[in-house]
Amino acid sequence: MILHPASLALLLIALLVSAMGGYAGYYGMRILSRWDPQSGSEGQLELERRTYLISTIMNYILVLELMSLFLFVYTADDLHTLFTGAMCAAGTLAVNSFGYPALLLKIVNFLLAGVWLIVNYVDNRGYDYPLIRVKYELLNLVVPLLILESFLLFAYFAGVKPDVITSCCGSLFSQQSGGFSGDLASLPHLPMQIAFFSGMALTLSSGLVFYLKGRAGYLFSLVSTVTFLLAVASLVSFICLYIYELPSHHCPFCLLQKEYSYIGYFLYATLFSGAVAGIGTGVLMPFRDVGSLARIIPTVQRHLAAVTLLCYTLFTLITVWKMIFSALKLTTAF
Amino acid sequence: MNRVIERHLNILEFTLASLLRRKGRNFSLLAMYLLVIFMLASLLFFVTALKREAAIILSDAPDMIVQQLVAGRQDLVPVAYAGEIARIRGVTAVTPRLWGYYYDAFNGANYTIIADDAAEPDRVSIGSGVARVRNLAVGDLLPLISYDKVPVMLEIGTVFPSASDLIAADLITVSPVGFHHLFNFPAGQATDLAVTVRNPKELSTIASKIASQFPGSRPVLKSEILRTYQSVFNWRGGMTLLLLTSALLSFIIFAWDKATGLSAEERKEIGILKSIGWETSDVLLLKFWEGAVISLTAFLLGTVLAYGHVFFLSAPLFAQALKGWSVIYPRFQLLPVVDVSQLTILFFLTVVPYTTATILPCWRAATIDPDAAMRY
Repeated sequence: MILHPASLALLLIALLVSAMGGYAGYYGMRILSRWDPQSGSEGQLELERRTYLISTIMNYILVLELMSLFLFVYTADDLHTLFTGAMCAAGTLAVNSFGYPALLLKIVNFLLAGVWLIVNYVDNRGYDYPLIRVKYELLNLVVPLLILESFLLFAYFAGVKPDVITSCCGSLFSQQSGGFSGDLASLPHLPMQIAFFSGMALTLSSGLVFYLKGRAGYLFSLVSTVTFLLAVASLVSFICLYIYELPSHHCPFCLLQKEYSYIGYFLYATLFSGAVAGIGTGVLMPFRDVGSLARIIPTVQRHLAAVTLLCYTLFTLITVWKMIFSALKLTTAF
Repeated sequence: MNRVIERHLNILEFTLASLLRRKGRNFSLLAMYLLVIFMLASLLFFVTALKREAAIILSDAPDMIVQQLVAGRQDLVPVAYAGEIARIRGVTAVTPRLWGYYYDAFNGANYTIIADDAAEPDRVSIGSGVARVRNLAVGDLLPLISYDKVPVMLEIGTVFPSASDLIAADLITVSPVGFHHLFNFPAGQATDLAVTVRNPKELSTIASKIASQFPGSRPVLKSEILRTYQSVFNWRGGMTLLLLTSALLSFIIFAWDKATGLSAEERKEIGILKSIGWETSDVLLLKFWEGAVISLTAFLLGTVLAYGHVFFLSAPLFAQALKGWSVIYPRFQLLPVVDVSQLTILFFLTVVPYTTATILPCWRAATIDPDAAMRY
């Protein structure tokens, strides 16, 4: 267990998020079982009021998830000095088997909370709460994941033991590591570049078609999701190489450090926002014809598509800029 | 876009006016909030500054020191080891070090005594802490008693400047001859060996070679010492933080209570707002801005005060708990280090719990029926 102030803060946040999520989930289930918009009963009024509370809570959860995601990576990076062989967050997270799952779940939860808020936003615009069931079914999916994330985080911090001086040195030197960051799956860069740029091109063109003509929404959403995954893989595979100007350093976390002018925060922020908006567009697709939303959804979707287009374009521009002006030139495939 | 911003600005303006209308109540909340943030911020700043200080000091430490263990306790190292270790490929230099502690029965202080090859016999350099407790100046004689109970008079050549206090407050450097004489130290032995290695990546390989070549030896790397210090400070900071949780918790309960107990006037206000057309979400926004104004004011003031407390006044409230204790304690001014991560942690530990505690009461307030509120 590490009693680092940052880990305590993260655990506190996890606890609060789980508690708020649990509370929201409980009332979400009550809403699911008792919702009746035709009724004017006291109970129904109460439930309608609860929806305000739940959306406020989810707003907070989204912001907290995003902030704690970055704090988590930052803390992991800060703690790397405590472990032999760990050179940055990549090594710290690998100290036990809960680190990476916790990180992944944090990302997934952030995306889900974002999508939930999009659905919620649209639903609140319709006068008869048309998406209320969808919304709270989705909430039932999010809440267990939030709670699971807290468990993973707790398990991670509880299982972390710093390598302090031991009374005998023997144990320390026997398990030398070759640096964890090198182990991160680094896919060959040439195919990845092709995949990344074609993914981006597809997203941008389908996004434009969708923005201008309102067609191919599912395709756009699917392509933007796949491109998100491709972009994350490309970050590890080749984008970071250009930023570090080192052909062997594949770490996705060092990007967030001062040495690289915090470029990572910008890259991840654009990527995550683009992905949330892209997924959200697709999630809204089935409800385009729902009575009170027929006018609202297409507008919202166009805005979302614009956000994705903007974010992904920025991400691509930074990548291209880094590739052109980097001192590193990759010529042969590794 | 402009309309959204305007809506926020208007509500913010209304919030500020309504906060000022209830000065007494809000100031008491602000004061409590400020105090909690001040305490936590002082703690975080102090611990981070101490960690930084330890790292700076250790940056001059040798890459590796080799100690000798006998029955699990540290013992003297034969100087002959130095030559053999120096022959290991990659080792640049091996220096046998002579140092120890001298207990001064006059004042109960412990001095650190180090043998310096460059020092003249019978002349010593002392730290400013030693000079202070023994009332000594350059040219005076420092009387010590050797392990054979023979008085030793050493002339003071220099007093280290107090800028180096953190390292040298309790330090006395003597010549190797003087050291042997003072402690009746056996010849051909050293306290430990300082090893310099050209390539830091080879440190662990060399350490394992030394460990296997000299079975009783214990190589300690600089990185390990650094790591241990960091852990100790993390632990101390975390423990103090846990102790402060009770304060945080009582503050949260206080905030919850404040937020729940709407005054009749406030209820009426919300009732009127709703009856003139404010929606629940507008009132929620109003409440959000109320919390944000109070939180941000408390946060900014609290951190600024904590900055002064730690870096100008050397944290009198925490120093005893966190620094450790000694008769000759170095006086030092901490280097200011404040970064975004500390502020984020602080934000998470204070503002987020406060906000969470007030969500429910705010929602209750925002969903009151206008007629019920005005009739109240």
